[in-house]
Amino acid sequence: MKRFRGFVIKEFYHIFRDKRTLVILFGMPIVQILLFGYAVTNEINNVDLAILDKSRDTETQKIINDIEASKYFKINDMLDDEGQIESIFKKGQVKAVLVFGPNFDKNLVTQNSADVQIITDATEPNVANSVSNYLSSILQKYQTDINKAIKVPYQIVPETKMYYNPELKSVFMFVPGIMTVILMLVSAIMTSISITREKELGTMEILLVSPLKPYQVILGKVFPYVFLAIVNAIIILALGFFVFKMPIQGSYFLLALESILFIFSALSLGILISTISETQQTAMMASLMGLMLPTILLSGFIFPISSMPVALQVISNIIPAKWFIILIKGILLKGVGITVLWKETLVLLAMITVFIGVSIKKYKIRLE
Amino acid sequence: MRTINFLLVKEFKQIFRNKPMLVIIFMLPVIQLLILANAASYEVKNIAFSAIDMDNTPYSRELLSKFKASTQFDFIAMYPSEDMAKEAMQEGTVDVVLHIPQYFERNLQKEKKSKLLVTINAINGSAAAVENIYVTTIIKDFNQAVQVDLIDSADMSQMPKKVNVIPLFWFNPELDYKTFMVPGILVLLVTMVALFLAGMNIVREKELGTLEQINVTPIKKHEFIIGKLTPFWILGIAELIIGLVIAKIAFDIPMVGNLALLFLFATVYLLVVLGIGLYISNFTETQQQAMFLAWFFAVIFILMSGLFTPIESMPVWAQFITEFNPVKYFVEVVRMVMLKGSSLSDISPQLIKLGIYALLINALAVWSYKKVS
Repeated sequence: MKRFRGFVIKEFYHIFRDKRTLVILFGMPIVQILLFGYAVTNEINNVDLAILDKSRDTETQKIINDIEASKYFKINDMLDDEGQIESIFKKGQVKAVLVFGPNFDKNLVTQNSADVQIITDATEPNVANSVSNYLSSILQKYQTDINKAIKVPYQIVPETKMYYNPELKSVFMFVPGIMTVILMLVSAIMTSISITREKELGTMEILLVSPLKPYQVILGKVFPYVFLAIVNAIIILALGFFVFKMPIQGSYFLLALESILFIFSALSLGILISTISETQQTAMMASLMGLMLPTILLSGFIFPISSMPVALQVISNIIPAKWFIILIKGILLKGVGITVLWKETLVLLAMITVFIGVSIKKYKIRLE
Repeated sequence: MRTINFLLVKEFKQIFRNKPMLVIIFMLPVIQLLILANAASYEVKNIAFSAIDMDNTPYSRELLSKFKASTQFDFIAMYPSEDMAKEAMQEGTVDVVLHIPQYFERNLQKEKKSKLLVTINAINGSAAAVENIYVTTIIKDFNQAVQVDLIDSADMSQMPKKVNVIPLFWFNPELDYKTFMVPGILVLLVTMVALFLAGMNIVREKELGTLEQINVTPIKKHEFIIGKLTPFWILGIAELIIGLVIAKIAFDIPMVGNLALLFLFATVYLLVVLGIGLYISNFTETQQQAMFLAWFFAVIFILMSGLFTPIESMPVWAQFITEFNPVKYFVEVVRMVMLKGSSLSDISPQLIKLGIYALLINALAVWSYKKVS
């Protein structure tokens, strides 16, 4: 035990001596969470729009004023004919063009209906869809306004309640995701590198011939990072709470427990990577290339898992981040306890066991 | 020139000697492109739907059957009480609950007005907004059918005015997300390979001590940098070619524009990315530091590139930061050229900015590389 303590202290020295890595390690999550918390959002704001108005009457002008007044759109250009639409899309100048046919006002009076086209640049389907929906709702509102005098009977009025996030803030979706990505990568990269580093520099040999047991070597290497990752988790959660007003509805104790569990799963994944790679380069490429995109894309961080093809929904189960995102959203936003979240907790525990088990099997205590 | 040649031979030997690395460089991106392109979709499908029907009349059942028939909703269960529905939402088994109150039908017929309550799990705000549109559309359609049913034709004369909205989605009429995401993910993979490899390269020589050996040779600074850049530049372009082939074969992504234009842009782009990598490499002492920095920038570049979330939605200061993000330009241009067929003059602003960027960053990389430690 005393030997082990000495070894852990040595590891701490290693880490604290390297000031640059420390700055990166703690500075990075702070910068990232602040940056992304504000910048990564799906909400539509200030979208550039062009208008092709062939009527140029008071009614179309009224609609244009309505659009200009909304915070969602900026009118970038007024076009004269259809031919211009393609060229401004190709330049990427606007995302959508609103086209009023000729005689808009007249049609509305004589035929009771008039046409409006919303042409969107659908190379970005998500933006195109949202822009189309937002513009339709502005037009919808205009329609209700001109029909105020007429009362239609037999109305069904749906009343919608948005649970857990009544203002539909993107932040509630993205902050848990960003936390997860940062914790996952920092923990996995740190451990995988620190172990392969010893291999590459040849110092692993020295450790293996020392009286320390192999498992003690690994534990000793991981231990300081558990500590660092926990500090990181606290910083991230505090930022989420104070800066982005993420509520913490559930129990703090459970939150701490699940965070530690996730950190362990990330660290054990790091150990696994380090046992199968010989150089730091391989370890890093494996953990960065192999973990970064799946953690961002398959975890439900940005894209809803339920909309994915079935095969991918199955694959997403092996991504630890997926389970942690469910856990953390449950605790922070829904305020549920272990009675609801036991399944996800068990999955993380099982993952840790598998990662560690495979690592022990693969761990070579002899040199080739 | 001969010196550079030797350096190139050395670099390539080192790259091709490391078999696990080769797998990571070439297989991983291909697999990821094939798999992840399917995941990256904002489409809201298979919405877990449930209902509480306190009315249980022909009307309420009719309305429910509309939801059951819709392709967007997955009907999970009927709940007898509010509490049970709420519990299911907490567990995450349902996302949308439709509550039909008692006397729904009677109120509609007698008082000519009736209410419905819809509860939506809104943690994912944008999905919740879309779900709300789907729900209200179904209710509205049902309502219109009821009105046609109940209103006398005599009353129909006083019909409201109608603005017909015709949405047209250009360049991607089916709103296919793969068309949008595959080019973008391809950019990311090329970027990550180039950035990480370049970022680790010089610092690895530093750490292993082989850099000193190179430093004592008569190799000039710029020769050394060129020798380090070229192999990864070639790898990056190779990666792009493989990716484009996959995009065509596996995903049938349209390639409207001129591919030569794309490669011209990629050439300049890779210089920027490699320059950043080399600069990181010069600036750091260990591979660990280099990787953390490279990772830091990679995540920022990816999430602020406009690939997953639109840049216009960001606050102004964040939009300003994206001006320094090379990935943003490449994502924009790949989509412009491949999907819209933009011409050289359309993409020239991005090309010029990136060109200046490439010059500056590489000058910085050469300047910061010191032969004397």
